[in-house]
Amino acid sequence: MTLLDKVWELHKVATLPNGQDQLFIALHLVHEVTSPQAFQMIEERGLPVLFPERTFATSDHIVPTDSKARPFADPLAEEMMAALERNVKKHGIKAFFPGSGHQGIVHVIGPELGLTRPGITIACGDSHTSSHGAFGALGFGVGTTQIRDILATGTMALSKPKVRRIEVTGKLPRGVYAKDIIMTIIARLGVNGGLGYAYEYAGSAIEALEMEERLTICNMSIEGGARVGYVEPDAKTIQYLRGRPFAPRNIDEVAPYWLSFRSDPNTPYDDRVVIDGNTLEPMVSWGINPGQAIPVSGRIPSPGELPPAERDTAEKAYKHMKFSPGEPIEGKRIDVAFIGSCTNGRITDLREAARIVRNRKKAPHVRAYVVPGSEQVDAQARKEGLDTIFREAGFEWRSPGCSMCLAMNPDRLQGEEICASSSNRNFIGRQGSPRGRTLLMSPAMVAAAAISGEVVDIRKWEI
Amino acid sequence: MAHPNLKNSSVIEHIRGRGIPLPENDVDTDRIIPARYLKFITFEGLGAYAFYDERFDEQGKPKPHPFNDPKYSGASILVAGTNFGCGSSREHAPQALYRAGIRAIVAPSFAEIFAGNSTAIGMPTVMVNPHHLEALITLVTQNPSTEIQIDLKNKTISTSSGWSCPLEMNEGYRKAFLEGSWDTTAVLLSNIDSIRKKAAELPPLT
Repeated sequence: MTLLDKVWELHKVATLPNGQDQLFIALHLVHEVTSPQAFQMIEERGLPVLFPERTFATSDHIVPTDSKARPFADPLAEEMMAALERNVKKHGIKAFFPGSGHQGIVHVIGPELGLTRPGITIACGDSHTSSHGAFGALGFGVGTTQIRDILATGTMALSKPKVRRIEVTGKLPRGVYAKDIIMTIIARLGVNGGLGYAYEYAGSAIEALEMEERLTICNMSIEGGARVGYVEPDAKTIQYLRGRPFAPRNIDEVAPYWLSFRSDPNTPYDDRVVIDGNTLEPMVSWGINPGQAIPVSGRIPSPGELPPAERDTAEKAYKHMKFSPGEPIEGKRIDVAFIGSCTNGRITDLREAARIVRNRKKAPHVRAYVVPGSEQVDAQARKEGLDTIFREAGFEWRSPGCSMCLAMNPDRLQGEEICASSSNRNFIGRQGSPRGRTLLMSPAMVAAAAISGEVVDIRKWEI
Repeated sequence: MAHPNLKNSSVIEHIRGRGIPLPENDVDTDRIIPARYLKFITFEGLGAYAFYDERFDEQGKPKPHPFNDPKYSGASILVAGTNFGCGSSREHAPQALYRAGIRAIVAPSFAEIFAGNSTAIGMPTVMVNPHHLEALITLVTQNPSTEIQIDLKNKTISTSSGWSCPLEMNEGYRKAFLEGSWDTTAVLLSNIDSIRKKAAELPPLT
C-alpha cells in the first residue's frame, strides 16, 4: 500500500451509491473568501457545523498588508472579514485573526500551529491545501459547496486518485532550491500531467529538504495538475512538530504512529518518474502558466521546440509577456519584486532571501515587497533582524497575508509591470493587473533580481 | 433516511442547448473569474464577471470574445480545450459560468477541483477526445444555431446536424447526475452514524 492508500482507508466512512468514497476530514481549515456562501448554505438548510473542534479559521486572502486597522479601507474586504467573524462566533470555531499572534496564510499557520500532522486528511477551500502533504497528510483543495458538505457532515465525496512516485535523486547544486525542483517537475510533466494523480515526492534530494522546503514542493502539486502531493514523514517531521501549540504533548509516544504512514517498500505505483537532482538549475517562468518555465541559463522556447498541444498557449504567452522565442530569460528587466505567499513566505524563505539582500540595495526602479506568511513568521523574522536587513536594502516590510500572490487586497501590479515573484501562479491578471506579467522563481532569485533590477543567475553570486 | 431538511437534487440525464466555442488549452480560473471579483459574500451576480478581463479592456470597453459575440448569445454548452479550469479551487469560476447561462462544459480534460465544483452545482463536465472536440468546435463556429444534446445516460453527444460522438466522464459524477444525488449533503448525512463512529475512532486534533 502507498501512504495515500493507508490514509484513505483510515478515513473512509463509506462507499457512496455513485461509487465515490465518503472521506472523513480530520482537519478543516477555513478562510474568509471561499467560506461565507458555505455557511449561508448550511444555515439555509438548518444544519449545524458537525465538528467545530476540527475546524479552524483565519483571514489571509483579503487582509491589507499595510494596516490591519478596522474597518478595512475596502468595504468589500471589510464585509468578508466581518462575515467570517460572525460565522466562527456563531458556530464555535476557533479562529486566528490579525493581532492574535497566529494569523497568517492558512497553509503557513496549519503546520506552525501543529494542526497539520502525518496520516490525516485536511481540506480547505483553497487549491494550495496540497501543501500540507509535506507532513505525510492528504490535503485537498475544495470548492465552496464541498466546504458546505464538510461543515455539515465532516466528510466529503471523493474519487481516489492514482499515485505517481516522483523520485528526485542526488543532491541539489548550490543556488538551487525546493522551488526549482517543483518548477522543473511541472515544466517536464506539464500543467495537466498530474490530472487524476496524487504526487508522492521521494528520493535523496527530497529527504534532504527541511519541512518548509517540502511544503514548497507539495504546495505547487496543484500547478502540475495533481490535487494532492505528499512526502513520507521522517525524523524531521517529528522534530518540526515538537512543541507546536496544538501538537500532542506526548509527541515521542505518538511518533511511531505518525511514522507508520509510509508507502510499503515494494508497493506498486501507477506511474514513476525519476529526476536527477544533481543537474537541476534555478528556474524562471517565462509565460502565462507555471509549466512555461526554463532554467535561468535557458532561452525562451520557439513553438517548433514545443509539443503541438502547447503551441497555442505559447503564442498567447509571447504576446502577453512581450517576449520573443529564443530570447534569454536572464537579464529581463523587472519592475516589482515580491517575496511571500503560501509557497515561499516562511521563515526559512525569508532567511535565505535576507542572506542575499544583506548589505546590498535594491535597484532604484524596483518596488520590492516582503510579506511574511504569518504573524509568527513576522515575529520570528523581526527577532532575527531580517526586517531591518530588507528595509535597509529598500524593501517594504509588510504584515502577513496572501498579498500580491493573487491581489485580492491593495497589493497589485500596475499596467504591464513585470514582477519577479516567489508565488505560485503566473496566470494572466493573477497579480491584479490584466496586463501585468509574472516571473515565478525562488525567493533567493527574487531577492537577487530586486538588487540587480533584472533576472540574474544566483549561482554567479558570492553570498 | 435522508435528513428531513434536505431535498435530493434533480436528476440530470440530458443537457440540450447551443454551443459556445473557446478552443484554448489550460484556461485557468483566474481567467474565468479574476480574483478581484471574488470579494462578495454571495455568488449572485457573478455571471457578469465571467472572463471579465478577456471580454473588456481596462476602460470597460468590450473586446472580441465568444461571450460577447451575439452569435453565441443564449448558448448553454461551453466547448473548450484541455485542462479546462486549472488553477484555484474557487467555486466562483463554475458559479460565474453557470450564472452566465452555461449548463454543461465539453472539453478533452478538466482540472479536478473545477470538475468537482461544477458537479456540486449541477453543471456536468464531459470529456471528448481532441479529434471530436475539433469537429464540435468547427460545427459550432460555422453554424452557431446547431443544437447540441449531451446524453449522460448513453454517454453520447449529438447535434441537430446529425453529428455524434461518445463522451467520457468520471463515473461517480455521471451516476450522481443520473441518480439526482449531485447535491451531496443529503447523501453524506445519511451515513451520520458511521461518520460519528469514524470521528470517535480517529485521534483527536486537540
